[in-house]
Amino acid sequence: MNLWQKYKLRLRRQRLLIRAWRKSRELRVVQDYTRNIQPNDIVILSTMRNEYARLPYFFDYYRAMGVRHFLIVDNASTDETQDYLRQQPDVSFWTTGASYKSARFGVDWLTSLQHRYCRGHWTLVVDPDELLVYPHCDTRPLPALTQWLDEQGARSFGAMLLDLYPKGPVADARCGVGENPIDTLSWFDAGNYTIEKNTQFGNLWIQGGVRTRAFFAKTPKQAPALNKTPLVKWARGYVYESSTHMILPRGLNLVYDFAGGEKPSGVLLHTKFLNIFAEKLDDENSRGQHYASSREYQAYLQQWQENPELWNRWSEQYINWRQLEILGLMSKGNWA
Amino acid sequence: MLVHTALDRVAQIARMWAQSDCPVVIHVDAAVPDADFAALRQGLVDAPQVSFSARHRCDWGSWELVAATQDACQDMLRLHPDVSHIYLTSGSCLPLRPVQDLVAYLDQFRDTDFIESVTTRDVSWIKGGLGLERFQLHFPFSWKKQRRLFDLSVRAQRKLGVKRTIPKGIVPHMGSQWWCLTAKTLSAILNDPNRKHYDDYFRGVWIPDESYFQSLARRHSDQIESRSLTFSKFDHQGKPYVFYDDHLQLLRRSDSFLARKIWPQANALYDYFLGDGPRNQPQLPPARSKIDRLFNRAMERRTKGRAGLIMQSRFPNKGVERVLTARPYAVFQGFADLYPNFQTWITRHSDFVTHGHLFHPLGVQFVDGQTGYLGGLTDDAAIRDRNPQAFLTNLLWNGRSARHCFQFGPDDNQAIGPFMARDGNATIHVISGAWAVPLFHADISFGNKRKIAANLQRIEAAHLKSLGERWVKARVTVWSLADYLQNPTEALSQIARDLSLRCDGFDDLEMADMAGFAQFLQDLKNAGMLPFIMGEFPTALRGQDTPKPHTKYEPRQNDT
Repeated sequence: MNLWQKYKLRLRRQRLLIRAWRKSRELRVVQDYTRNIQPNDIVILSTMRNEYARLPYFFDYYRAMGVRHFLIVDNASTDETQDYLRQQPDVSFWTTGASYKSARFGVDWLTSLQHRYCRGHWTLVVDPDELLVYPHCDTRPLPALTQWLDEQGARSFGAMLLDLYPKGPVADARCGVGENPIDTLSWFDAGNYTIEKNTQFGNLWIQGGVRTRAFFAKTPKQAPALNKTPLVKWARGYVYESSTHMILPRGLNLVYDFAGGEKPSGVLLHTKFLNIFAEKLDDENSRGQHYASSREYQAYLQQWQENPELWNRWSEQYINWRQLEILGLMSKGNWA
Repeated sequence: MLVHTALDRVAQIARMWAQSDCPVVIHVDAAVPDADFAALRQGLVDAPQVSFSARHRCDWGSWELVAATQDACQDMLRLHPDVSHIYLTSGSCLPLRPVQDLVAYLDQFRDTDFIESVTTRDVSWIKGGLGLERFQLHFPFSWKKQRRLFDLSVRAQRKLGVKRTIPKGIVPHMGSQWWCLTAKTLSAILNDPNRKHYDDYFRGVWIPDESYFQSLARRHSDQIESRSLTFSKFDHQGKPYVFYDDHLQLLRRSDSFLARKIWPQANALYDYFLGDGPRNQPQLPPARSKIDRLFNRAMERRTKGRAGLIMQSRFPNKGVERVLTARPYAVFQGFADLYPNFQTWITRHSDFVTHGHLFHPLGVQFVDGQTGYLGGLTDDAAIRDRNPQAFLTNLLWNGRSARHCFQFGPDDNQAIGPFMARDGNATIHVISGAWAVPLFHADISFGNKRKIAANLQRIEAAHLKSLGERWVKARVTVWSLADYLQNPTEALSQIARDLSLRCDGFDDLEMADMAGFAQFLQDLKNAGMLPFIMGEFPTALRGQDTPKPHTKYEPRQNDT
C-alpha cells in the first residue's frame, strides 16, 4: 500500500464521516437516556424496521451478556416497535422516515451516534436478527472479552455471519414473541465458505453458506458478504465502510492472523429465515431498500417458489460455541 | 499488595488476610482517583492490621514499581516487626488454599526465601529478546508508548558497543515479581549499605521489578527456593493469562497458594476460594501438567493454528505454510482413463474416500455420486469455480477424519493445479497422455478427436510443467503412458506402497482395450499433430497390438 493509496483511503474516511454527520440530521430523538451510559459500558447500536416480534428476545439476550445500553434508530416502524422501545429504561432511540438505502443501509445514522455517544466504549453493531456468540460465552460475559481485548491491545473483534435455517419450509418456522429463535432455526452449513482478501481495505471477504447454496448457486459471486467486524472500541475517526463488513482505518479490519495462527473470533447467528421473513419479503422488495438493488431479495423470491426447503442431509444442528469452534467457524485463539 | 484497579476485590482480599492474622500493607497506585482511594481506606477502617503505604505512579515495567514495593516493605517491617515472611501480591491475586495452610507451610521453612531467581543466561521466558542487555544498556524510551524509539536506541547502543557496568556484588537474576521473602532477607536488602548505589543502577535497568529483588536476594539470602508460590501463566507476548469462573476446577488442581490474574468479576472463583470451598472440599491432587497443557494449547492455537483451516480469523499469507490442507490426499491423473474400474478398485483396496473428478467442468463428482458433501458443499460447478482452492480446502477440512483421493485430468478446471502442487499434503500420480485412451474409444469423428487431442495435450503439458517447478511441495510421480505400459505392475506397486493400499495383486484392475491405440496415435501424427505427451509407442510394428501386460505383484523383501 503506497502513500497515494493511503491518502485516498484517508479522504474516503473523512468523506464518510462528513456524510454520517450530514445524515444524522435525519434523526429525530424520541427517547434519550444516554446520560446513563457509564464509562466502561458496552453499547449496542442497531437500525430496525418493523422488528417487534424479535425485540424482547433480542434485548434479553444482550442484557444477559452484559450489554448496558442500546442506541436504536427506528426506520419508521408501523408495528409495536416504538411502543416497546419506550418501555425500555436502557434504550435510547431515534426515529426517521428517511431512506435506509441512502443512509448506506443505516450505517450513516449509526456512525453519527457512535461518534456522539460511544467514543472510548466497546460498541456492538448488530441487526435485531443477529445474535453474537463468542468463545466462552456460556461462562463469561461480554465485558470479560472486551477487557481481555483491551489488555491485548486489540481494538476490534471479528464475528462472521452464520445463517441459521429451519428443517422444513421457512413459512412454517414460527417463533413466538420473546422465544429463542434458535429453537426453531437450529441448522446451518458448516463448511462451505469461501474467503478472499480485500487488498484495498485489508479485510477478508467471506461468502458461502446456505444463501450461496440455495439462492446463488449459479451466480456465487453475487452472494452476500458474511464477514463482519461488529465489535469495535470506538474512537475518533472510525467509520464503517460497508455495513459492518469493512471499517476504516483499515487496521481495524485485521481481525485475522496471516502467519498461520488463529486470532479469537466469534459468530453472529443470523436468525433471518423465520416465517416473518417470508412475509416481509414482499414489503422489502417493493421498497427496494436493500443492498444491491434488492438483487438478494429477488433471488429469495424466485427460489422460494421453486424450493422452500433450505435443509439438506449435510446440514449441521447448532449446539453451542464449542461446536462452532471445533468446526472451525470461529476460534478461541489464545483466550484460554 | 500492589493494586491499581478493582478496589472492591482488594478490600475483600485484604480483609481475608487480616482476619487470618496476617498484616497487610497496600500500595494504591497514584493514578487511582483520590475519592476511590479514600473509599477503600474508609471501608477497611475496622481492620487495624491493614495499612496503606506511600503512593507512587507505577507504569508498566517502571522503577516506581520497585520503589513502591520498597516503601510498602519498609512499612511492613516497621509496623509489624514480628512477621516471618513477606509475600508480595497484586490486587488480582487470589489465595487458592486456606491462609492457615500457607502459614503452616512457611512455618516449616522459616529461613527459606521463595523467589524465582534465574540468571539471564538460563531464562527461557524472556519476551522482547532482551536478556543480559536489560542490565547493560540504557533505556530512555518507553517500550509500551515509544516502541520505535526504544528499538532504535537498543540497536544504536548495540552498534556503538555501549555497556553499563554492573555494580560489584550484583549478579543479574530475573524472575516472577510475586515472591515471598523472609523478614531477615528483606530487611537486609532494604538496609544494604550500598542500597543507594544499587537503586541508582536498577533505576536504569529495563523492567527492574523482575530483577531488583531477584538479584539482591541472591546477595543476602542463605536459602533460596527458586520458584514462585503464586501460580501464573504467560502467553506468547508475555501477557498473563486471566482466570475466569470456568477455570475453577483447574485452579483447584494447582499446587500453588495464590493464583494470578483473576478477572475481578469472576464471582464464582472469589466465592469459592474466599468462602468455605477450600476448607470443605478435599484438596484435589495437583495436576500442574494438565493446567500447562490447556494454556500451551491456547498459545499453539494462537501462533500456529489448525493446519488446513481457512477461516475468518485464520488466513495465512501465501507461502507461509508447508501444508495447505487438513489431511494428506491422493490425486490420480490418467488412471481412471486407462482402467475404467479404477475408482471401485481403489475403494475396494483402501480406506480412501474415492471421489471422481472433483473439478469436472459440468459439476463436482463426489464419492458415490452424491450431489453434496460434508459441510454443505454442493456439486454446483459455478460455486466450486468461484474459488477452487477454498472448495478443496473445505472438502479436506470437513472430511478430515478420513483420507481422500480424487481423479484429475486435462478436462477438469485447471485452476486448482498450482494449489495442489504447492500443498505438501498432496500426492499426485500422473499417467500423462492417458486421456487419449477414452478419446480413442469415443464415438466421434477423427477430425474432432484430433482437435480435442491437441487441446488436452496443451493443457496437460502446462499442468506437468507446473508440477515440475522448484517450489512444488506435493509428492509428484509422472509416467508417460508408454513408459507406464512397459511395466504397469511396477508403477502400481509403487503406488500401493506410497498409499498403503491393501492388495496383493492387480488382476482385478481392468485395462481398457488398447488394440489399435498405437495406430490411433500414428493417425494423429499423420494428421499433422504431434502427440508427444504419451511417450514413444512402438508404432513401427504397424497393425500389431500393444501387449496387455498383467503380471502378478510380488512384494519385495523389505515390503513386509
